[in-house]
Amino acid sequence: MIKAQVLDDAALDRALTRISHEILEKNGGAANLAFVGLRTRGVTLAERLADRIAAIDGTKVPVGTLDITLYRDDLGLKEDQPMVRGTDIPFPVKGKTIVLVDDVLFTGRTIRAALDALIDLGRPKMIQLAILIDRGHRELPIRPDYVGKNLPTSRRESVAVRLREHDGEDRVVIEEPEEA
Amino acid sequence: MKLLIRNGRVIDPANGVDAVQDVLVQDGLIAQTGRHIERAAREGAEVLDATGKVVCPGLIDIHVHLREPGYEYKETVQTGTRAAAAGGFTAVCCMANTEPVNDTRAVTDYILAKARAEGAVRVYPIGAVTRGLGGKELAELAELAEAGCVAFSDDGKPVMNAELYRRAMEYTLPFGCPVISHAEDTTLSHGACMNEGVVSTALGLKGAPAAAEDTMVARDIQLAELTGAHVHIAHLSSAGAVRLVRDAKSRGVRVTAEATPHHLVLTDEAVRGYDPNTKMNPPLRTRQDVDALVGALADGTIDCVATDHAPHASSEKEGEYDRAAFGVIGLETAVSVLLDRLVRPGVIDLPTLIARMSSAPARLLNLPGGTLAAGAPADITIVDPDRELTIDPSAFRSRSRNTPFGGFEAVGAPVATIVGGRIMWRA
Amino acid sequence: MAWKRKDLLTIRELDPAEITLLIDTAASLREIGTREIKKVPTLRGKTIVNLFYEPSTRTRTSFEIAGKWLSADVVNFSASTSSIGKGETLLDTARNIEAMSPDVVVVRHSSSGAAELLARSLKCGVVNAGDGAHEHPTQALLDLLTIRERKGHLEGLHVAIVGDIAHSRVARSNIYGMRKLGMTVTVAGPPTLIPPHAQELGVKVSHRLEDAIRDVDVIMMLRLQQERMSAGLIPSLREYARYWGLTLDKLHASARSDVLIMHPGPVNRGIELSPEVADGPYSVILEQAANGVAVRMAVLFLLAGAMASQDGQAERGHGL
Repeated sequence: MIKAQVLDDAALDRALTRISHEILEKNGGAANLAFVGLRTRGVTLAERLADRIAAIDGTKVPVGTLDITLYRDDLGLKEDQPMVRGTDIPFPVKGKTIVLVDDVLFTGRTIRAALDALIDLGRPKMIQLAILIDRGHRELPIRPDYVGKNLPTSRRESVAVRLREHDGEDRVVIEEPEEA
Repeated sequence: MKLLIRNGRVIDPANGVDAVQDVLVQDGLIAQTGRHIERAAREGAEVLDATGKVVCPGLIDIHVHLREPGYEYKETVQTGTRAAAAGGFTAVCCMANTEPVNDTRAVTDYILAKARAEGAVRVYPIGAVTRGLGGKELAELAELAEAGCVAFSDDGKPVMNAELYRRAMEYTLPFGCPVISHAEDTTLSHGACMNEGVVSTALGLKGAPAAAEDTMVARDIQLAELTGAHVHIAHLSSAGAVRLVRDAKSRGVRVTAEATPHHLVLTDEAVRGYDPNTKMNPPLRTRQDVDALVGALADGTIDCVATDHAPHASSEKEGEYDRAAFGVIGLETAVSVLLDRLVRPGVIDLPTLIARMSSAPARLLNLPGGTLAAGAPADITIVDPDRELTIDPSAFRSRSRNTPFGGFEAVGAPVATIVGGRIMWRA
Repeated sequence: MAWKRKDLLTIRELDPAEITLLIDTAASLREIGTREIKKVPTLRGKTIVNLFYEPSTRTRTSFEIAGKWLSADVVNFSASTSSIGKGETLLDTARNIEAMSPDVVVVRHSSSGAAELLARSLKCGVVNAGDGAHEHPTQALLDLLTIRERKGHLEGLHVAIVGDIAHSRVARSNIYGMRKLGMTVTVAGPPTLIPPHAQELGVKVSHRLEDAIRDVDVIMMLRLQQERMSAGLIPSLREYARYWGLTLDKLHASARSDVLIMHPGPVNRGIELSPEVADGPYSVILEQAANGVAVRMAVLFLLAGAMASQDGQAERGHGL
């Protein structure tokens, strides 16, 4: 059940544009940058950021895909075992400034797993974190470098990021499970 | 000492009886049967109410392994005969593959002494055909017969030497007891642990073709024809062997045959879970074979049912299928399995089944019993055709548990076994 | 699609979606083998026991590498190094191993049904690494993965399996898997090496190599065990090689130009495969070996996860 809309398509678009500028500013341009998106929507967001930076700066930042299934700390705790769909990082991570991209930041465990997975692939110069929605409730000392929107939520709510490429629309909503 | 079994459905195939009657037992013998036994005759008798039950001649199993002497950890005369009584059998014939082999009078005497001392039912030993079941030289067959062996068999090990087997048939002719063939050409079946067919292919287990049985049945029929001897084929299991026996009988050859409950009810599909309790020799065969066996049991081509009760310790029946021992026990499940799977669906009628388990085996091996005629030994089985049960191996009297029928639900079971006028077992 | 089974015992019992899940997972995991540091923490703290009653360097090593790349602890028991050689029964050994709390036991045994026997007796997961002439499910999975990679798909392909079908667990597992995935299978060999009622497994049977390999997409040659001669199944190795050995000449005369040649190994060069074929451009034998590790990682990953989820239902919460 949808409880509230957090971002509409225009707001989502503006957030991504702002993050793109922040990334360029913080890193003094796009040289030596690479995006690594977390499956599935993090990859789409990373591709959009790369497109935007190409439009602003003229540099095409490479985008990789990270599947953190093998690094999860809850293997078997979930009712359905996650599918392994594979990691595809078509550039050496060694020495790069990697911007990890994901849609929602919640407990921080996914990012913890992503950091491990990324470091197993090589030694980046620096890893930064870009997030569309930060909903709080961190369980680990992890803090994003770029945030689309900070959104206080209750634990029982869930945040759904809906993207054109997957869901046919761009918007972010808060959902609440129906009472049993 | 008198016992009156009242108001049961008396089925006595030897005498063509199937009617509700009373049976009066006196001094270990059948005194009389009938609807109206005079008060004076039944005065002072213990009364057993058999209303709604079937009263029939004591069942006889002519193919049992009591394992004593030598393999007392699998079974003994005591435990095996108690299992027989609990299964409704009043007499069993025990095979010679003990340790030492029953190939000398001393072993026969030992078994009979054990049976007198500890046996719950009558025990008739079967002597070995060849010394040590070695297939090389004849055992002392005349002396074995004199000691009380009722037939000769190297069961478990076919006598591959045809000439020696011919001589055994000829030599035993005067004794009036048959040779019993475990019909298997071991050159065709060596290494096999199940029937050869689509299931053995799927399971990757080595199969024995039915032809291994059929060729040996054919050989033994030819030898019976040559010698004039009575050959009894043990545990017939294939449609081809049924055809051979049927043809031989029609030509007047003195051949008879038995089938086991497991071969009459189960197919090689039962092997699919690799449960070693489905491993026996001959193996479970196909639906076609089972149908042929049941038809042959109904029409008399197969003369009798025998269980081939073959106890093994659990350690011999729990491991890898191809390494497990051959054989299953059957004394305590035969009646229920056959009543439920053959009589209840109407494949075989009850009087026929009783004949195949009482009068027929008695006739084949010239054993006392198999009849409720006045003056016969009072060996009587009472069966409740409506009793529902789940077969529970942990409750068996047998020392072993190796049955393929564990957990089977069945309707019909023996409820009392009377041997020589004494109630040896009651449910 | 989620994996629910505690054990992987046969291909016969799997449904097509389960087979596809295994192959897909293996394809995703193959990337780990290309990394500089070939290790992910997925099965950290899990113990895998390789219980091998038959000599097998390849399969055992493949499971061992798979387990280690997933960070599991892998222990090898083999007939020569444990009490297996001292008359201890399979069940005794298994119960003793179970007392050491492994998570998965990988078993190879000469008795058909041995893996099912273990699975019945053990609480931990059991993977069949080959039981008698019954099944060798991970071999079939790696074969399917190899074919799919090369051909792009599986459904509709035609495979000829050539050689000693009767005694081959590789053939059985492949037949079941290929039939379930909509492939056509021809088995070929002298009649003495074709199991009885083979057609009832849903395959075509051929007794002539040249006919069997015509127009097929894949030719899978099986290893001929030398003891088949003494059992009277074939007259001589020479005659077998002459009529059933795959040479470049026979390949060029009868097979398609895009055919794949597979072999579960180890190859008897000069008997079932001539060296030019085994090592030539049609051969994907080395890819099979590489895919073996990926398939075994997939199996261990899915089994470990399925078992943990049976324990862990109560703790299931908001996830990451």
